[in-house]
Amino acid sequence: MKNEHWKSLLLSVVLFAFFIGVWFVATQPKESVQQAAAQDEYAALMGKGATKSGGFPPPQEIGKAIVTHLSDPFKDNGPNDKGIAIQLGHSLGRVGLGFALAILVALPLGFVIGMSPLLHRALDPFIQVLKPISPLAWMPLALYTIKDSDLSGIFVIFICSVWPMLINTAFGVANVRKDWLNVARTLEVRPLRKALTVILPAAAPTILTGMRISMGIAWLVIVAAEMLVGGTGVGYFVWNEWNNLALPNVIFAILVIGVVGMALDRCFAGLQALVSYTE
Amino acid sequence: MAFLQVENLAKSYPGNDAPVFENVNFTIDKGEFVCIIGHSGCGKTTILNALAGLETASDGNLTMDGREVIGPGLDRGVVFQSHALMPWMSVIDNVKFGVRSRWPDWSKAQIEAQAAQYLEMVGLGHALHKKPSMLSGGMKQRVGIARAFAIQPKMLLLDEPFGALDALTRGTIQDELLKIVQATAQTVFMITHDVDEAILLSDRILLMSNGPRARIAEIVEVTLPRSRTRHDMHHDPRFYRIRNHLVDFLVSRSKDPKAAGEIHPPVVRPGEDEPGTTSLAA
Repeated sequence: MKNEHWKSLLLSVVLFAFFIGVWFVATQPKESVQQAAAQDEYAALMGKGATKSGGFPPPQEIGKAIVTHLSDPFKDNGPNDKGIAIQLGHSLGRVGLGFALAILVALPLGFVIGMSPLLHRALDPFIQVLKPISPLAWMPLALYTIKDSDLSGIFVIFICSVWPMLINTAFGVANVRKDWLNVARTLEVRPLRKALTVILPAAAPTILTGMRISMGIAWLVIVAAEMLVGGTGVGYFVWNEWNNLALPNVIFAILVIGVVGMALDRCFAGLQALVSYTE
Repeated sequence: MAFLQVENLAKSYPGNDAPVFENVNFTIDKGEFVCIIGHSGCGKTTILNALAGLETASDGNLTMDGREVIGPGLDRGVVFQSHALMPWMSVIDNVKFGVRSRWPDWSKAQIEAQAAQYLEMVGLGHALHKKPSMLSGGMKQRVGIARAFAIQPKMLLLDEPFGALDALTRGTIQDELLKIVQATAQTVFMITHDVDEAILLSDRILLMSNGPRARIAEIVEVTLPRSRTRHDMHHDPRFYRIRNHLVDFLVSRSKDPKAAGEIHPPVVRPGEDEPGTTSLAA
């Protein structure tokens, strides 16, 4: 078992090295004097910003970008030059707020829907229509009615997080084992105590699964939303660096988005393990 | 008036013209242990659930201790066939859940002590803080029994509690249940498929005819001394007479519509059928 673990780790490292190697070879500068001269001239015209824009950046450029960004993550030199930690903070703040709002709505509503088959049938058509709508499609409507780009971003996160949580909560609550409910009935447990001590723990693994899916979607959506509304956040950072044609920075941001997304997912996996039970 | 009175109980499901059972009449006295035996589908579990208040009968009256039974309540403890323990709670928390429901004003220490005492009684004093998933089937069922006993109900309802256990485990838990019931003089109503189990545990055995239109065909009085044990019971000639009577009923007479003829079932004492043989054996 332990041996298998080391083998897979080794294989991962080998694959990574191979990938970097191929990347390195593929992005070697072509030794064409004419082109280089033209590049120099172009660079002189454009200023230092465009020096590296000749082709796809080689891995060492990305390494340099990573070091530069991580060495000063909290810098704040105006709207177009903020450290990555500050941008991430904005993004995580929006995701956190929108996600928290979604919990406030989805948990109680999911509970009610799960307890009442009538409500479930009544609300199901609405949920089925609203669920597949791309959260970004709400953006114009949100911008028009809320009139605030920051709040609109939070709203978009809210609207995309709410459905998986709602559906999973309702499903979890509706499928609590009949035996456990019968135990509560024979013990004359009051409704609120039953909800908190029997139904909630019984449905918790399903609810947490819904939250984990929601968080995954929210993290996907925040990047796109911030590209649209602009101003701050990791999505805006990507778009801004694209406009600067600074591909190393774009790739750095992509890496950061991936790592943070993975960390968020790990957090929810941990929470899931905390509330899961074996029968 | 008997402690528990069941009068003309019937259950039919919408869409089915024949009721599952009808005209079910029996009584249970305080401190009595009554088993019910019958083939699957005759409505035993429905009768038990009606007593527990988890299901409503279509017709008939249920009175316990002079009061009509409406809905579930803490005066009846139920042991479910599937043990129905909450898997996220430890063993003692499962029992405490019941105790706290019964006596909401008790202090934490009181609740803890009551739960521990009853778990000790079923021999689980060493496993208080384990999760149910770490226990064997027999131990889980013991926790279920402790949970039901710990609320000190007026009547205990057991829905085939040992059905899923292997024969050896079943034997030990039967012995324990017998001891506890004798010590607490608990009134018990129990479903079983096991003829030996019924003879070992009960004072009277209700025999149900097959459904639909099932009835209680006979009430068998177990005339063995109350001090019987699993080890010496089968040396008593009365045991075999009762056992043969029960098996005969289940094999051949339960499907006979005549068996379901009378509204008030006859009480039989197969153990005492042939007094001559008894004296010979003695």
